[in-house]
Amino acid sequence: MGGYLTQLLAVADAELRKLRHDPWELASRAIQPVLWLLLFGNVMARVRGLAPQSIPYLDFLAPGILAQSALFVAIFYGISAIWERDLGVLHRYLVSPAPRSALVSGKALSSGARALSQAVVVYFCAAAMGVHLSLRPTNVAAAILLIALGSALFSTFSLIMACIVRTRERFMGIGQVLTMPIFFASNAIYPVALMPTWLQILARLNPLTYEVDGLRAVMLARGSSVFGLTRDFTVLAVAGIAMIAVATRMYPRMTE
Amino acid sequence: MTVIGTDSPASGGLAIETFALSRRFGALTAVDGASLSVRSAEIFGLIGPNGAGKSTLIKMLTTMLPPSGGHATVAGFDLRTQAGQVRRHIGYVPQLLSADGELTGYENLLLSARLYLVPRGEREGRIRQALELMGLTEVRDRLVRQYSGGMIRRLEIAQSTLHAPSVIFLDEPTEGLDPVGRHAVWLHIRDLRARLGAAVIVTTHYMDEADALCDRIALIDRGRILVTDTPTALKRQIGERATLDDVFAQMTGQAQEGGNYRDVRRTRRAAREHA
Repeated sequence: MGGYLTQLLAVADAELRKLRHDPWELASRAIQPVLWLLLFGNVMARVRGLAPQSIPYLDFLAPGILAQSALFVAIFYGISAIWERDLGVLHRYLVSPAPRSALVSGKALSSGARALSQAVVVYFCAAAMGVHLSLRPTNVAAAILLIALGSALFSTFSLIMACIVRTRERFMGIGQVLTMPIFFASNAIYPVALMPTWLQILARLNPLTYEVDGLRAVMLARGSSVFGLTRDFTVLAVAGIAMIAVATRMYPRMTE
Repeated sequence: MTVIGTDSPASGGLAIETFALSRRFGALTAVDGASLSVRSAEIFGLIGPNGAGKSTLIKMLTTMLPPSGGHATVAGFDLRTQAGQVRRHIGYVPQLLSADGELTGYENLLLSARLYLVPRGEREGRIRQALELMGLTEVRDRLVRQYSGGMIRRLEIAQSTLHAPSVIFLDEPTEGLDPVGRHAVWLHIRDLRARLGAAVIVTTHYMDEADALCDRIALIDRGRILVTDTPTALKRQIGERATLDDVFAQMTGQAQEGGNYRDVRRTRRAAREHA
């Protein structure tokens, strides 16, 4: 068990060390959510009836943009896995005695940790724009956990896609196709209640909806959860474990 | 210099034993009924042109690719049923670039030490020793993408041997290196055998290299093992001043010609990245 954890953390640590060597990647990730809040947010805030009456639209939007920006990064994670396969770095991992699930979980953990930089940016940007944030330590901790879970989940989903499509060119196409429905068939920028029924059903099957729902409850001073935090966390954890289980079976076959 | 002990395999001194090992990809049979045995502390060469099946055979023996038929033991463990044990006792330097260019040399070694569960108290010492042996101490904190091809190869060898494996696989270890770099790799391969008492399996398509380095070689062509013997004995069969190239030409009825488009692309890319 201790060995398993050592191996899992070794993978995550290596990923985070790469980030430290190239902090530009973090900086470039921060741009997108800021643009969404500034451009999209400020315009849509003028539309009435988009957010629930209890909170301003910018408040409603901020958690959605945080989850979305983490999603956009996580969903392209598979590219780096294909890149590692093409180079040969993947062979180094797979020929080691580390259990395949430890390798996959380590990658997922690093993706979760990477997303935290975006959380910092969105919190600052939202605060500057007058969003009423809750900075109670338990709330911030819960938000961090939700973002980490969401990123781990979607990056592992991306890894599974990479195992299926196998080339970078095909993945670029798939990545675009996946991002749109996950984002728009969720409550990230409008409430589920506004959607037509068929889309509501999709939104309720979409883990991103539960990530955003949970974030609204813990990030905002006057926020609340539609589904309840217990359900939000449970859905994300179960979906994440399912993804890791599938990826554990598929990842080793990437070198074949 | 300390010699790191390894668990010795329980298969009567044989590092590898394969029985009719095969791998098919659709209609193509990449490895066709390969039977061979490699003794411990032996440098064993798998020789043949690009596309002969050397890398496929290595991939199977390192658990990267399940065989379509036959069976094998590696380091005394069954390839199919004890893959985890096999991985614990082997080291593998793939043909591709396996060191991570975005990490430093030290970080690459640390990652390997942790993945192989080198005890925490021994990690730093073993990493320091490996860096010293490979002449990389001074560049340990530089990103690997700034290393030369020879330095990367030495780092990869160090990464694959930190856990003192009893069987080491090197797939085309000198591809893309200049003569000086090639020589350095040869020396390190001999040193590994001496230091760890490990069996070393090397693939190459340089016949002169096989001749100089290997105790025994297996000639492979189109997925089949044509013959296994010492370089000297193989050459003697052909005639007095014969080279391994002559042996190969005789055995296959062809001169070496170089592989298909995929192989060319792969080796050139590897060469470029190592440059």
